[in-house]
Amino acid sequence: MTAGQTGHAILAQAATEMRLTMRRGESVLVTIIIPAALLIFFASARVLPSTRQAVDFLVPGTLALAVISTGLVSLGIATAYERYYGVLKRYGSTPFPRWALIAAKLLSVAMIEAVQVAMLIAIAFAGFGWRPHGSLLLVLLALVLGNAAFAGLGLTLAGALRAEATLAGANGLFLLFLLLGGLFAPLDHLPSWLVPVARVLPAAALADVLRSVLQSGSHLPQGSGLLLVAWAIAMPVVAALTFRWE
Amino acid sequence: MQVGVPRLQPDLAQAAPTSGRAVVVENLVKAYGRRRAVDGLSFDIQPGEVFALLGPNGAGKTTTIEILEGYRRPDGGRVRVLGLDPIAEGSALKSRIGVMLQEGGLYPAITPREALRLFARFYRSPRDPEELLRLVGLEAAAATRFRRLSGGQKQRLSLALALIPRPELVFLDEPTTGLDPQARRSTWEVIAALKHEGVTVVLTTHYLEEAERLADRVAIVDEGRLVALGTPESLIAAASGAVRLRAARQLDARDLEALPSARSVACSGPGAFVLQTDDVPGLLVEITTLLRDRQISLTELRVGEGSLEDAFIALTGKDLVE
Repeated sequence: MTAGQTGHAILAQAATEMRLTMRRGESVLVTIIIPAALLIFFASARVLPSTRQAVDFLVPGTLALAVISTGLVSLGIATAYERYYGVLKRYGSTPFPRWALIAAKLLSVAMIEAVQVAMLIAIAFAGFGWRPHGSLLLVLLALVLGNAAFAGLGLTLAGALRAEATLAGANGLFLLFLLLGGLFAPLDHLPSWLVPVARVLPAAALADVLRSVLQSGSHLPQGSGLLLVAWAIAMPVVAALTFRWE
Repeated sequence: MQVGVPRLQPDLAQAAPTSGRAVVVENLVKAYGRRRAVDGLSFDIQPGEVFALLGPNGAGKTTTIEILEGYRRPDGGRVRVLGLDPIAEGSALKSRIGVMLQEGGLYPAITPREALRLFARFYRSPRDPEELLRLVGLEAAAATRFRRLSGGQKQRLSLALALIPRPELVFLDEPTTGLDPQARRSTWEVIAALKHEGVTVVLTTHYLEEAERLADRVAIVDEGRLVALGTPESLIAAASGAVRLRAARQLDARDLEALPSARSVACSGPGAFVLQTDDVPGLLVEITTLLRDRQISLTELRVGEGSLEDAFIALTGKDLVE
């Protein structure tokens, strides 16, 4: 395949993936509703002194959660079953390269995440008086990097483990990131021995970067930023290298 | 189209033998654990030929074909497909071949038309998806989700997907298994049309009628080894004169070997034997005499009447489908 041909094929593949995901309405609903429900719940629950403070803390966390649930859980599990059903084996006989299939999947997931992000921001804006700070470009960049990291992780699981193991693994990691990602409670609330572990996980890196930019408008925190870039490069590469078609 | 420039290949061992042949298999070995699924298989396939790999389940047909498709790495020997190494030159090869997997799935929610249109994007000059839907008789089901297609419809969609690249060579792994007789016939017509267009067809089957009807040459494989290779006619001719019998257990192969007209004896199961002879009537007399003398009752006696099935039984000592 020439480069142009591959580019067109990636777009066609991503569009098909989108269309097929939409046909699995129930799973989309879950991935879209969970972060929104958590945002509404915690913002209304008055865990933090003022609503404004709470929502400022929660919006970056739920954006990160949306990326994690769509990229890791939804994509990982769907891809694992595609492998199980022999869909991916069929791709193995075509000239459409493995990396291009992974790129198409990242692209289709990014489109779903765009819908999620728009909805979360609309809820925070209209429902809780949230106002964003910082650079939109940096926020988008962080989301794209987060997408690469978590979708890469989901694809790594899907490409290496059995479908049932991926199902369990993706949900387990989701819970781990939910608890240790600093999504709904600051990292320093964790037991002190857990903090260094939590800090290197991609969830905390993504949440920290989003929070710094959205809350204070400050530039990228260097440590978390670099960590996020590293995860965003490493996970898709690992996925592409280890992915088995059958 | 690019004009091919002859390339000088310094490595003579690689260069010499593949020219002009669609598929070359030399001493192919593939083991899973201790079991050798393919055990020293060698054959060539000519361009434009319909070549059938025939054998019982577990004979190594699918393993062989999946090595040729680039899915598996051989443990020994050498294969070339269209002059290319299926793994090292996989991406060049894959745009020139069509593959129908034995168990290739699709997205549960995709429709045949969507699948064909999507896969058409992976090739330089694909066939028209609508034409293919007509060819395999899926027009009425073109908008049905894959999950709701019948087994036969899924098979036919798989065939259409194998043809979308406009391939020079197609691999069809058990293309008609599970099809009803009518769908089987229409698949045969598609394969015949491919041959007419000059496409090389490599198919595996355990239907003798299919091999006999479609194939220019048949390779009979059993336990990973080549048992016989030739045109269906030559295989049938070689097997005429096979006598198959089944009797009570006390019959011994050595007794049968001692019969003057028996050229060879193969045991195909408890009390079951396949004998080769040049003198069928003579052998029958000797067998029945032996059985009468020993008071052994005969449960089956069959003389090869010149079908590929008899050839298969004579060559492998086995039934194809048991």
